[in-house]
Amino acid sequence: MNEQEARSTILRIRRGTSRRAGRFDDFEVAYEDGMSVLDALRWIRTNLDSTLAIRYSCINANACKTCLARVNGKVEYTCMVKLTPGVITVEPLPKRPLIRDLVTDIVPDEEKL
Amino acid sequence: MQQLSTDVLIVGAGGAGMYAAIAAARVGASVILLDKSLVGRGGATVMAQMTVAAALGQQEPDDWTIHLEDTLKAGRGLCNEELSALLCREGPERILEMEEWGTRWAREDGHIKQEMAPGHSRKRCCYVDFLNTGPAVAATLRRKVGEIQEIRRISNIAVIEILVKDGRALGAAAFHVADGGLVMFHSKAVILAAGGLTKLYARNSASANMGGEAYALALWAGAELVDMEFVQFFPIGHLAPRLVGMDPIMWDPFRYKLGGKLLNGRFEEFVDRYGGEDFGKYSAMRDLAAYAILKEVDAGRGTPHGGAYLDFRHVLERDLRAAFGPVIDRLLANGIDLTKTPVEVGPMAHYHMGGVRVNANMETRIEGLYAAGEAVGGANGANRLSGNAITEAFVFGARAGACAADFSRHAELRREIVPAHAAFEGLEALSHSGAKENRTPASLQAELQQLMWEQAGPFRTGEKLAAAQRRIKQMQQEELPNLRLSQGDAFNLDVQDWFELRAMLTTAETVVAAALARTESRGAHQREDYPDSAEALLKNQVMELKSGRLATRWTAPVRWQHNGEGHR
Repeated sequence: MNEQEARSTILRIRRGTSRRAGRFDDFEVAYEDGMSVLDALRWIRTNLDSTLAIRYSCINANACKTCLARVNGKVEYTCMVKLTPGVITVEPLPKRPLIRDLVTDIVPDEEKL
Repeated sequence: MQQLSTDVLIVGAGGAGMYAAIAAARVGASVILLDKSLVGRGGATVMAQMTVAAALGQQEPDDWTIHLEDTLKAGRGLCNEELSALLCREGPERILEMEEWGTRWAREDGHIKQEMAPGHSRKRCCYVDFLNTGPAVAATLRRKVGEIQEIRRISNIAVIEILVKDGRALGAAAFHVADGGLVMFHSKAVILAAGGLTKLYARNSASANMGGEAYALALWAGAELVDMEFVQFFPIGHLAPRLVGMDPIMWDPFRYKLGGKLLNGRFEEFVDRYGGEDFGKYSAMRDLAAYAILKEVDAGRGTPHGGAYLDFRHVLERDLRAAFGPVIDRLLANGIDLTKTPVEVGPMAHYHMGGVRVNANMETRIEGLYAAGEAVGGANGANRLSGNAITEAFVFGARAGACAADFSRHAELRREIVPAHAAFEGLEALSHSGAKENRTPASLQAELQQLMWEQAGPFRTGEKLAAAQRRIKQMQQEELPNLRLSQGDAFNLDVQDWFELRAMLTTAETVVAAALARTESRGAHQREDYPDSAEALLKNQVMELKSGRLATRWTAPVRWQHNGEGHR
């Protein structure tokens, strides 16, 4: 039970500050069972591309509710989606103004500068 | 550059910051409440799934002075007893106030249900079902803050320097994450409520916002820090399999309740080899389990993720289900079946006892500069009782808000653009075309976390701490000023990481320097080269910047004058 099989997956991530001019970047991520899409995004920022813009706060608890994105076409908390082999497409929320990469404007109006 | 003015500026919108905002606004102050992420969704409060300690006396007779005795005992002689007394005395009032505002504390037989927790001599820990205390109180405070006109909330603002002139706080310089702009806040008073530094450690139970900024901001502003060596490491935090949706420190009560076994990587029981948990040569150690786990790992007998197994396989399924309740299903959803699989656990950074040095009005030595919540140092001395952190957030938040508002009534607003070193240094770094370093702030943060874990973690030696000190200095002098940052103003996390790294390095430097200087073991600070407590070091360690360098002095702990209050 302590033998974790090494696995890897491709995260295909929508990049850019414009929905029309954006592109997809692929990142290969090695993972263990149970790791989340958010874990992979954070790993990419530390190890492959720190310019990737993502929004999260609590990391573990699914308590902050700020890590929403579209994963394989469905709106999800990225901390709650487990990594699987193959290709996982991650895109910003569809109905919110895009700020950069996976970050959309989810800040309530009364909390804006 | 955008400029905003207010009476009271609050940095950090977790439990303490939101409570401070409410307390300041209800006595008529205007408030700006800032958070680096979203208001009420960052910081430590939302993460806390466990309990809140307060001597309500609803479950069984209790008195705040008994809570104080328990708190002082855990603090091993180093508590600032005035702060501890404030925490224990006003805790019950805050818990009841939160209930009025809508927090649904678990109840039974018409009263708030209070449980026992380690170190408490009475049943006094309340909670919100099920393991939902932190998110529930954060939601209550968010709603309350939202109802108050005088509070302006602003999200995605990272404060990078407190503006100070002639020993007086005048506001803050900040970085707007969403568009990269600098913002100046002018205020009569400033409250630092962005406490916690667990993100300095590779293994932590923290949220993303716990890089220790409050301590660095206070130090740079000219305030003092106290007892920075006292980082609380939780002995059996969750390491693996990856578990999401739970607080990593959740296992402790279940281990005791169900008799979970700790096994090494070879599935052998090992804690007894280190003297057993209640006796033996390491009885001075706060937690023998933590020590034993890390020693097994050093000896090559750890689990794949560098900890120990916590095994419940000998417990009947129905007993597991009765004890864990709905948590058992959350575990199953994470692929964890306790009847078949042990989990991996190990020590991890959980809380900071040290912090900004304040008096019982939450004032620092800089006029108009206050602290609240985990940012405050001293209330818990050398070790914190479980349940005191949220109480402290409420009580110190309420006190800081009221005192800052009171101060602001008689203070003038000085809209001065004080040279903001951090802001300008930072901007310079961003436009540094001759950058020599290829590394990113994010990768340096990861290195710092590993360094702190390995060299300044739960069990320390002078040699390891000195190595940490050298590397931190080198990062500050050679790498930080020369990092290459990416372009783009909108949500540029490289820039946010850079400012964060700058604060993390300063705070790490204070932790390491304080740990080196305290040549004894006491509470959460454990030196393998000085395993005993030293009577001569029954003192608080105060740090400040003198001509840009850290200076340390030792002071006698603040004792509380009893005045015949309470039960005896």
